[in-house]
Amino acid sequence: MSAAMTYNDCERRQISAAELTAVATDCIAAGMRFQMAWHDWEEGVCVVRYLISQGNRVPFLLLELRTDETLPSLAAVVPLLGWYEREMQDLGGLHFTGHPEPYPLVIHEGFSLPRPALGREGPEGHLSGAYAPPTMPEVRGDQVQDLYWGPIRADVVETGEFHFSYIGEAILHYHPRLFFKHRGMEARFAGQRAEAAVFLAERVSGVGSVGHALAYCQAVESAWSIEVPARAQLLRVILAELERLYNHFHYFGLLAKTTTLKVGSATGFLLEERVKQVAAQLTGSRFLRSLLTVGGLRRDLQAEHLASVLENIIDEGEAYLTRLHQTASHLDRLMGTGILSKEAAFDQGATGPVARASGLDRDLRRDHPYAAYSHLRFNVPVREKGDAMARSEVRADSLREAIALLMQASGRLKAGPVRAEYTVPQGQQEGLGWTETPRGSLYYSVRIRDGRLERVKIKSPSFSNWRVFPLTVHGTNMMDYAINEASFGLTIAGCDR
Amino acid sequence: MPVWTWTGLKAGKAATRWPQRGPDGQEGVLGMPRWDPAACRSDCNTCAAACPTGAITVANGTAVVDYGRCIVCQRCVEDCPEGAMTSSYDWAFGVRRREDLIWTAALDGPEGQQVGKRVARSLRRSLHIRHVDAGSCNGCESEISALDNPFYNLHRLGIFFTPSPRFADLLMVTGPVTAPMREPLLATWEAMPEPRLVLATGTCAVSGAPMDGGYAGGHGLNELLPVDVWLPGCPPNPAALIHALLLLLERMPQQVQGGHYGAG
Repeated sequence: MSAAMTYNDCERRQISAAELTAVATDCIAAGMRFQMAWHDWEEGVCVVRYLISQGNRVPFLLLELRTDETLPSLAAVVPLLGWYEREMQDLGGLHFTGHPEPYPLVIHEGFSLPRPALGREGPEGHLSGAYAPPTMPEVRGDQVQDLYWGPIRADVVETGEFHFSYIGEAILHYHPRLFFKHRGMEARFAGQRAEAAVFLAERVSGVGSVGHALAYCQAVESAWSIEVPARAQLLRVILAELERLYNHFHYFGLLAKTTTLKVGSATGFLLEERVKQVAAQLTGSRFLRSLLTVGGLRRDLQAEHLASVLENIIDEGEAYLTRLHQTASHLDRLMGTGILSKEAAFDQGATGPVARASGLDRDLRRDHPYAAYSHLRFNVPVREKGDAMARSEVRADSLREAIALLMQASGRLKAGPVRAEYTVPQGQQEGLGWTETPRGSLYYSVRIRDGRLERVKIKSPSFSNWRVFPLTVHGTNMMDYAINEASFGLTIAGCDR
Repeated sequence: MPVWTWTGLKAGKAATRWPQRGPDGQEGVLGMPRWDPAACRSDCNTCAAACPTGAITVANGTAVVDYGRCIVCQRCVEDCPEGAMTSSYDWAFGVRRREDLIWTAALDGPEGQQVGKRVARSLRRSLHIRHVDAGSCNGCESEISALDNPFYNLHRLGIFFTPSPRFADLLMVTGPVTAPMREPLLATWEAMPEPRLVLATGTCAVSGAPMDGGYAGGHGLNELLPVDVWLPGCPPNPAALIHALLLLLERMPQQVQGGHYGAG
């Protein structure tokens, strides 16, 4: 084992605050893509890191900026960084000069903490305060109506407050206020033993339990140079693709619900239920929890016969997707709804099926392979139109690819260990882990000292896609809103953390 | 005939008739670990050290097990050297009194369960629920919305979700209650007509675990609302949710007393 692992798969580059804007501009000009930004503290010095994808199967670029707590905002150059900077402002006490929207994001107007939660001196006390309206652009005029919808909305849905300014059916402006559910998950990791904190990763986003746990485990395994056995790598693919399967069936159930296709909706939710029941029989957990661990899996799984177990679900699922695709009343509502241009998708950081439906051909499973994905064959579906129809087509093909991956992975299982032996190293290590979840790219960055976590950063796919989503709502109409939202397939828990 | 109507009719009924008969759909789902104190070594602290949520603590040489903090992670089962903690399928953990989730050697007899207020007869076969997400991980929402899928088909039991708290008999709360959700949650409760009931759904809502203790997580519904049924589980599966709802309506018996499963 090497002495001190620092960020794996990264080309690190130290830069100064003065050259930050120029370097970022060069990266964008070279076609590179910013993945996330986060701050940390090293012996009282603020470090801000920018993770950038330079291309497929080449190392990431990691820009590191050692600075005082004030630095220039990149939001005007790299719009997707706007939210990351506001998060660092709210949680880290940093200040970004020249930010085009310097308003609170994670900690709402009206709420405060005695000290910044992830600030120089660490958290103290508890978040407190009372509701205050969000900072909003003013929309005035004859007939303009304002609707604050939430934080508690109709039906069994996650908490969020959506503000619409509209005239009749036409939406002038839309502003989602999220982070009501902010639980301070990143800070919850701090102080935990790194090998014991998987349970927290599993609870960042319930329907993304595998994606989160896997990205977390891979980050720690990279930090500690642990080789995961081949059988565990294949089983990890199986868990991740089962998660994709039930999430995608849920997606189609929900999408059909918004187009009032009742049987189509019920069929999607029933298929989701059946996959969850298979998951429980296989693993003991409907959410595939309590299995992933640093070094592999906590116990072996008998997944060799998965193909026969899933047979009916696969056949009925294919018939279901075909039927949806032949239903004019359903497709009519999707075509041309909620268009996201390729440029906006890139600039604002769209990810997963949302990005792929707008022509961005990206998938971490292929571009930066992990687990056993480099040994398996699969296609990455891409569409160009960027409407709800394209998003649903990408999901449908992605569901088919998930089934193909499940068949391949279960067919290739060979007997062997599922958990690597390792000793927890002393000193400081840093690691990066990532997964392509059903909703897109998920990153974990971990810094560990003497076996205990000091800083964990989570970049969830919904954090990226919630940033993008409003762009497809402004200027559209109220009737399409629910369909458009369902076509994005967002969660709020992962975004809020 | 329209194709969807035809395929729907051809597929036939998908709904289970559980709890009358038929499958509960939870084959293989692990529940709360069972504790056998007789197998326990008094000088051993292994399970308490392994438990990430403080559901197991050791005080004066004896373990205290609080299922209200259990997230079903099975770590205690894996780590216990004596086999005193064993995996089980005990997931129907809804109880009327919070104390019944804490393991006690001496049970106080079945009358202890009857302290919950009697549910009006008129509610028993028609219940309307207002759900509030007070900071969950979305696992609970995933399982609650599964209640409306064709397999569980909650409507068959006369139980419905309603958008308006004005029409709701039951407040179903998930999540540890984060600071910004405290006011909206209490406002929802205030808006409900009497008699009104509360179901603390999932371990977060029961005790705040594992989200309590941080700067942003809450402590669940304790001391916030008068809870009628406490249902730990991470998340509680749809059958556990149905059991808790029917327990509330006095249509199913409580399974857990003093932390003992099957003692109800």
